[in-house]
This record gives sequence, structure tokens and C-alpha cells, in this order.
Amino acid sequence: MHAIQKILAKACGQSSVKTGEIIMAKIDFAEVNDLYPQTIYSFREMLGQRVWDKDRVAFVFDHYAPAPTIKAAQIHKEMREFVKENQLTYHFDTNAGVCHQVMPEAGLIYPGMIIAATDSHTTTHGAFGALGTGVGATDMATIMISGELWLRVPEIVEIQINGKAPQHVMPKDVILSILGSIKADGAVYKAISFTGSYVDQLDVSGRMVICNMAVEMGAKTAYMQPNDKVLEYVASRAVRQYEIQYTDDDYSYSESHIFDISNLSPQVAFPHSVDNVRSIETAGKIKVDQCLIGTCTGGRIQDIAAAAEILKGKKIAAEVRLLVVPASSEVLKECVRKGYLQELAEAGATFATPGCGPCLGAHEGILAPGEVCVTASNRNFPGRMGSTEACLYLASPATVAASALTGYLTDPGTF
Amino acid sequence: MNTFITGKVVTLGNNVDTDQIYPGRYLDIVNHREIGKHCLEGVDPAIVQNFTPGDIIAAGTNFGCGSSREHAVIALLNMGAAAVLAESFARIFFRNAVNLGLPLLVCKGISKKVENGQRIELDVKVGTVKVESTGEVIACEKIGDYAMDILNAGGIKPLIRKKMENRR
Repeated sequence: MHAIQKILAKACGQSSVKTGEIIMAKIDFAEVNDLYPQTIYSFREMLGQRVWDKDRVAFVFDHYAPAPTIKAAQIHKEMREFVKENQLTYHFDTNAGVCHQVMPEAGLIYPGMIIAATDSHTTTHGAFGALGTGVGATDMATIMISGELWLRVPEIVEIQINGKAPQHVMPKDVILSILGSIKADGAVYKAISFTGSYVDQLDVSGRMVICNMAVEMGAKTAYMQPNDKVLEYVASRAVRQYEIQYTDDDYSYSESHIFDISNLSPQVAFPHSVDNVRSIETAGKIKVDQCLIGTCTGGRIQDIAAAAEILKGKKIAAEVRLLVVPASSEVLKECVRKGYLQELAEAGATFATPGCGPCLGAHEGILAPGEVCVTASNRNFPGRMGSTEACLYLASPATVAASALTGYLTDPGTF
Repeated sequence: MNTFITGKVVTLGNNVDTDQIYPGRYLDIVNHREIGKHCLEGVDPAIVQNFTPGDIIAAGTNFGCGSSREHAVIALLNMGAAAVLAESFARIFFRNAVNLGLPLLVCKGISKKVENGQRIELDVKVGTVKVESTGEVIACEKIGDYAMDILNAGGIKPLIRKKMENRR
């Protein structure tokens, strides 16, 4: 069996599971973000009274941190009341950050667990050898009542990534190049197992970037076998004992895709699809208005460090806005300690509260018709960051920083 | 749930994501009727204006990709969509639709076989689409038994509510 199948078998109390089988899986942790008061409404409509386990449910206020509208403020208010009523052990208010960053930081993500969250990017937690999957509000409400979720055991595809990344090529470039090849619907309903020498040595942050964007290929979940860097991260944080699952040596994947990234150059996803990917050399001269470094994909300490490295002692182009949104309060504090915020501020950056920022078009950096943004975030759908007539280019934080300096989409290798 | 559905087709393209079905700027709205008024605004604001309750959406591949927002299904239901057909669906959208009782069928080739405004008949249980004008019957993928039971009950809410009442 694959490690994913072993996690699912354990969660439904069976010795094994088969692809296509419907199982009722016990959920180790359930997380709700602040877009979904419908979770509470559905919970009540289904006669829920108390959540099944107050240690295993948390709300994270990230998409609307801090509240941009009266309606969003009302959502936060209702959620805080629910948290209090249910005496939830963990709560992450507007001072915490993006859910996919704060959950691991709080030790709530560890190998072998199943985490369900009301956010499609829950696949991020595959970085830790956990099974993370996104659900809608009513699915979440059923978990909050019973602690269980029905799941179809997915087909598992292997994406093997080998080689050593050239300088200025970040994990974001790696996953964009894979997306360009496998396409936005290449792994719908499937689980992706990332393997290979690149993955084996990759740090926690880079693993999270790659698993985060697995959902952009339609994947139900992503998985990477925990390495020493993951185990070290988890050891000082995990709130529970955990059991790492391993894939059997004789396991055979339904399909395998093999990539070598040794000669990869920085990648860019052009409007308006995540799989419309080109190498930066072939991008042409594209003028940008806004540059965004942040979100659950590109707002970690490594991302902001890469930007600071490029921008230190320089000034961004006159007609460009550089927006930096640390993924969490922990990331923000580390940026302060390491002096990155000072360097970026002197270069001309604008900062916003740790959280999702403008990624989903809710607030903090919305685009006007005709504007262009190069962004370290994960989606460039029409209208994603505001006007449907704005254009979004997905790139690595290094490419975003280099573009802020010149005012045009720019290869970070230039600096 | 009525498993026989007849209605007029509204066609859409490939990769219609949840931001196009329900733009992010409206995510703080909680009233379902209000949510319905912005349905598919990211594709074309005229769609909701011209939509007749009971119309059936027929889309290309990867319909509902992107965010987990249940608002997308709530918007389609409240706009009056009777069902959604697509070449393929993103998985969270598929689950959300089943949970809220919005009938949907994976129907390979559908985007080439039906035209905007044509009347069609669906048999959701068997998994077929019949084009009224030509009589052509298009075979779709049959919905799995587990999901079909949820759809038949009108979504997961009535099912769980019943369970909870029995427990009391």
C-alpha cells in the first residue's frame, strides 16, 4: 500500500483500502476559515449542538484579517461566539495569519494525520506527510458533528522531481513548470505523491509551496515522505504523538511523471490560467503595476528573504506598487528580527496584515481594469484579485521582487 | 429529488472556476437569495439576468475548479439552475453540489453535443441526456451509489438531520 492508503485505512479502522472504495474516515483535525459562517449555519440546520471534540476544531481568521467590511466583521463576531460556546481549545484570530501556515506553526499538523479544512489549499500539509484535503462548508459541518467524513479512496499518481535547482529557481518555479505540463485538470480526484531527489532534500517551506499548488491540478491531496527537516520542525511543535506511514517498496503507481529541474529557468503562469506557463526568457516585455509577495504560497520567511536579498539597498520602479504580506505573525516577527522589513520598507514596499491579503480579491490591494500584477500567490483566474479586466502573472517571490525593481516582468537572475 | 429534469441549456466553456461562478468580493454575503444574484458574474453579468429558473448549465472540463467556496453551489441553486452537466468537475465543487442537492452529471462530449437554448431531458439516475429537437440520447457517467443516495435525499442536511432526530 501507499502511505496515503495506510493513513486512510487507519482512519476507517480497516487493515487496507482499495482505490475507488468509499470509506468513512475519522478526521484528526478540522479547520474553518472566516469565509464560511455557512459552516455554523449548516451545523445548526443539521441539529448540531456541540462540536465532536473541542481539541480538534479551530477557526482561523485569515481571508478577512482585519475585517474590511461590516459584513465580514459580523462573520468574525458570530464565529467568536461559536468558538466561545464550544469552548474550543485553539482559536486563531485576525492576529495569526494564513491557516495553512499557522496550523503547522501551532503544532497541529504532523505526519500520518488527516486534516480537513474549508480551503482548497489544504493539500499544503502533504509537506509534512499528513493527508490534507479541502472541503466545503456543509461537509465541514458534518465533520464538526461526527468527527468523520466520507471519502472515496483516490487513485495515486507519482510526480517524481529530480535534480538540483539552479540559482534563482525557487520551489514555486518548479511547481509552475509541472503545472504547465500536467495542466489544471491533470489530477482531478487523484492524490499526488511527490517523490525524487529534489523533494527528498527540500526544506519545509519549499515542500509546502509544492504541495500547496497540487490542488491547481485538481488533486484531492498531496503527499511527501517526511524528511529530516520536516521531523525536526514537527518535533518541537506537535501537540500529539504521531505515527509516520511509509509506502511499501512494491507499491506501483497508476501513473508516474518524471521531471528533472537541473536546467529549469524561472517560470511564469500567464493570464488567465495556472497552467498557461512559460519560461521567463520567452515572456517578452510586460509592464507591471503591482507586485505581490505573500499568501499561503509565497509569504514565508524564505520567500520574503529572497525578495529582501534582491531589493536590499535599492528602490522599486517609480510606477510600481510592491505589496508584502507575511504569511503569519510568526513570519512577520522573524522578518523584523532579520531586518527584512526595514530593507523592504526602504526599497519602497507596502505591508499588510499577515493573512491572505488581496489574493482572492477581498481587500488590501485590489486591481483596477487594465492593471497588471505579478504575484507570488497561486491563482490567476479572471477577476481573482479584483477586476476581471486585470491580468495576473504567477511567479516566484524572487521574480516578483526583480520585477518590482524594473517595472517589467524580470528574470531574478539579472540581479 | 426528481431524477427526471427537463430544461433549456445554458452553455459555458472549460475551466470555469469558482471565482468566475462567484467572485471573491461577494464572499461576505450570507443571504442565499442575494448570493444567487451574483451567480456567474465573473463569466458574464448578463447570464443571471437572462437565466430562467429551471435552465440547465452545460459546461466544458474542470467546472468549479479553484476555491472550496460552497457559495458557488448556493449561487447556482438560487439562480434557479436545475442541474449542471460538464465534461468534468473539480472535486470539491462536486461534493458541495451533492451535499446541497444540486444534480450534476459528468457528460463527456456534452459541450459539442448541445447548443445554447436547446431543450434537453435528463435522467439523473440512469445518467442520460436527451436532446429534444433531435432525439439524440447522450450517455453520461452514472453517479456513484453513495453520492446518489445523498442527492436523492435532497442533500446531506436532511440525511444527517434524520440521523440526529433518531438519536434523540
